[in-house]
Amino acid sequence: MSFRLSYRADPGNPWFTWQYVRDNSDTVLAALRDHTTLTLRAVLIATLIAVPLAVVAYWFRPLTGPILALTGVLYTVPSLALFAFIAPYLGIGVATVLSVVVLYALLVIVRNTVAGLNQVPAEVREAAEGMGYGRWGRLLRVELPLALPGILTGLRLATVSTVALITVGVVIGRGGLGQIIFAGFNNNFYKAQIMTGTLLCVLLALVLDLLLVGVGRLLTPWLRGRVG
Amino acid sequence: MNPVQQAVVWLNDPLNWTNPGGILDRLGEHVSISAAAVLLGCLVAWPLGLWLGHAGRGGGLVVLISNLTLAVPTLALLTILPLTFLGFGRPAVVVALAVFAVPPLLANAYTGVRQVDPQTREAARGMGMTGTQVLRQVELPLAIPYLAAGFRTAAVQVVATAALATFVNGGGLGEIIRLGFGLSIAVGGGQILAGGLLVAGLAVGVELLLGFVERLVTPRPLRRARRRAARRAADAVTGS
Repeated sequence: MSFRLSYRADPGNPWFTWQYVRDNSDTVLAALRDHTTLTLRAVLIATLIAVPLAVVAYWFRPLTGPILALTGVLYTVPSLALFAFIAPYLGIGVATVLSVVVLYALLVIVRNTVAGLNQVPAEVREAAEGMGYGRWGRLLRVELPLALPGILTGLRLATVSTVALITVGVVIGRGGLGQIIFAGFNNNFYKAQIMTGTLLCVLLALVLDLLLVGVGRLLTPWLRGRVG
Repeated sequence: MNPVQQAVVWLNDPLNWTNPGGILDRLGEHVSISAAAVLLGCLVAWPLGLWLGHAGRGGGLVVLISNLTLAVPTLALLTILPLTFLGFGRPAVVVALAVFAVPPLLANAYTGVRQVDPQTREAARGMGMTGTQVLRQVELPLAIPYLAAGFRTAAVQVVATAALATFVNGGGLGEIIRLGFGLSIAVGGGQILAGGLLVAGLAVGVELLLGFVERLVTPRPLRRARRRAARRAADAVTGS
């Protein structure tokens, strides 16, 4: 009799239950926080490296090819291999995850920033020169603002792919929401756990993307109302 | 011993190559899984992309699909698909990888057909060709540089992503890296690094090989378009 009762009490393996989210809110929220801070730090670091690189590529034309090629090769190297290259030196920790993700984000941001800078019309550049702007003044006051749409496209793509890429960090135990997904898989294939991790990942990517779109609209008021 | 020396030692051990589950086994798994995934991706993406391009519709759909797959973590797809009707094992891994092969294939097939000079299309119509004939005899040949570029991007991406199959015990070269991490870095550092070198080497090798093949299959007059297509293919990935 008791056998049958316990059999009936089998909770099954649904694709999603709020029960799981409620019971494990601490773990899930911690993973989400981890994932979010990792993403923000990675994108920030990548931007701080990539935008100057792009400016160098823009100023010194012969360097454009090598810089794009170098970041392109980094992009071809599989993420897991990048973890394998870096982990023996930086150990198992945040530093390794951050370096891998930053290296990946570089290509997208550099590429789009260079494209954005190249889109600045020659007349505008000449006009700025005629008004007495030096190289730096022109860059900061004219060219970078005009390249903002390109830079923001790069940032958006980098952010979205970073959110997805951080999950690979499970290989060294620092995968943010990836930990939840992977734990669910090892937990007798607990679907609700896997699904919660996945949905949160996609949602995080979506929210950050929308935030960047909002920031972009605030920063480029002159583009408002234009189709694009 | 530093990790590099350890890696050299590990790679120099013949048993690490020929043992069951050694490098040669894993390489075979890696290549066969990737090939199946790319093939599946082509079967789905090319007809759809060519048709959408021919009809001149669905540009938004193409962009939407590539953006969506960018946001879904590979790990999630790899863990979810085995729990569906596909079941554990190869099919689920192959389908998961094929999903990531679709965007570059689709985008390039679509652009490949769209970039055909409208006058050429008009001329073909004027000669009395039907819609399917225009697609098969005019647009398809002219789109080949783009198809090849998309194929290359997709193949490299799949080979790179196939390393992650190890998380769901899907085999492939990633297995070497994960086992190395399982040994801890002090002991397995060399194995980790060696695995990384193998995976990266395979990805770069495929990239170079397909670049060469792409050059071979492109007729001389289309070589210039090919270079443009290669750039487009890269753009399709980075989304610009």
